Amino acid sequence: MQALSVRGLTKTYKNGVQALKGLDLDVAQGDFFAMLGPNGAGKTTLIGIVTSLVTKSAGQVSVFGHDLDTDLERAKACIGVVPQEFNFNMFESPETIVVNQAGFYGVERAVARERAEKYLKQLSLWDKRKVMARSLSGGMKRRLMIARALMHEPRLLILDEPTAGVDIEIRRSMWEFLREINEQGTTIILTTHYLEEAENLCRNIAIIDGGRIIENNSMSTLLRRLQTESFLLTLRDQQTQAPVIEGYGIKLIDDHTIEVEISKDQGLNDIFAALSAGGIEVLSLRNKVNRLEEMFMRLVENRQP
Amino acid sequence: MSTEALSANSIRMTGLRTIVIREYGRIVRIWAQTLVPSAVTATLYFVIFGSLIGRRIGDMGGFDYRAYLAPGLIMMSVITNSYGNVVSSFFGAKFGKHIEELLVSPLPNWIIVVGYVCGGLIRGMLVGLVVTIVALLFTHLHVHHVGIILAAVFLTSAVFALAGFINAVYAKNFDQINWIPAFVLTPLTYFGGVFYSVSLLPDWAQHISMANPILHMVNAFRYGFLGTSDVSVTRAFIIMGACVVVLFFWALQLLNRGTGTRD
Repeated sequence: MQALSVRGLTKTYKNGVQALKGLDLDVAQGDFFAMLGPNGAGKTTLIGIVTSLVTKSAGQVSVFGHDLDTDLERAKACIGVVPQEFNFNMFESPETIVVNQAGFYGVERAVARERAEKYLKQLSLWDKRKVMARSLSGGMKRRLMIARALMHEPRLLILDEPTAGVDIEIRRSMWEFLREINEQGTTIILTTHYLEEAENLCRNIAIIDGGRIIENNSMSTLLRRLQTESFLLTLRDQQTQAPVIEGYGIKLIDDHTIEVEISKDQGLNDIFAALSAGGIEVLSLRNKVNRLEEMFMRLVENRQP
Repeated sequence: MSTEALSANSIRMTGLRTIVIREYGRIVRIWAQTLVPSAVTATLYFVIFGSLIGRRIGDMGGFDYRAYLAPGLIMMSVITNSYGNVVSSFFGAKFGKHIEELLVSPLPNWIIVVGYVCGGLIRGMLVGLVVTIVALLFTHLHVHHVGIILAAVFLTSAVFALAGFINAVYAKNFDQINWIPAFVLTPLTYFGGVFYSVSLLPDWAQHISMANPILHMVNAFRYGFLGTSDVSVTRAFIIMGACVVVLFFWALQLLNRGTGTRD
């Protein structure tokens, strides 16, 4: 069964902006799915329609087989959503916020309190459960929205840029938490501008641009399509010019660093052997850019008129 | 148990209870804004209009002016607080975007409307009780028909809670939630027989006053205490019932269409 099925989804706002132009999308049950796209691509509109905060102009959406037009309440019961903007009452405590949210989904108060303890502890918010939500840091507020979205134990969790503005340590702990949730069976759809995040977490990916899906594939298939990859090599000895090795594009970045572009049919061994033969010792190597970022830019740039 | 396994009725009842608990929590949390001002205002009205000026007025409708004034003041507090609670709570939720917590939930729109109206009813009743206690410090309250008192206060509170909800749905900023109370509600209340009997007015003014629904509400409520009314009590209840039905479906229609709440 598909966790999310979207067919011919169109949204035209009152001001005439067509945010979605007949979008089709399937997300399989249990998937960890990335939805990427530049600002204004239509990601948040799509999420808004799926969560019924935005009214669609045309098309069909179903969540675990429940059609939004005919079985809205059941469809909504399957979804947990973490929106981009903070949308909880800043004057309530985290505990009140999450317990009330569970109540809106029919979870009895006693059960809700148990779950509140579980999720607030897992997201390191238990110590702050009684303080006013507005006094939480940005990272805590993001985690509070995740805890709130999980209170009714949804089968589909939609995260709209959940780690925006969060420091790297907390971001990585959130990744770990989301991986666990996904392994326990929750389907996750993630939008993010941190492409490293999508590459690390997600198995499948759709790229939206101009209200349409321009790429929809598995992460590994998409990344394999990259023809070349750039590496930065740190050298032991100072260089005054880039070494010349036939078949490789090499640039001198600074006196101890070179950039090597390697196509997918070339191996790193060849470059090390050639450099070694030239008396150049390599101390370390790293990717110049995130691979997904490179692919994303190529896809989006190709769509530019 | 996951939410999907729960019956629709179970979700609705727990959801409604949660909205009511949240609204009650809000009223109690900010008690200095929600409960105290009406007690202070009522005290001032009783001291100035009841004790100081009231002595010179003498009887009104055959009763001591303070006894005549008390039901009007109670009803005025119920009206303003029922309205104020829902308009500020719902608009605050819109402004802070936490109305989305309810909009993404599986609760049908009618439960959301009923939940907020219950919040208005709770505050209306609590404030009504507080003002009644204040009134008892100044006058003796005779009870003619307790059922009429309760029915009138319940329906009036529901009418203005629904009106506050509709105002909040349409409002785009804080100014717009103050316009109706300042320019519509207050004049209608003051001309609605809170302080005087419409029989004191010239005929033409009495006819105009009959178009004011608050006059009917206040008089039905006063009838429950004093057993006397300027209007037909039956007609007053028909007006209140009709207002509740019309405003409820209006509010529901606005939520169904997403006016002010969904893009």
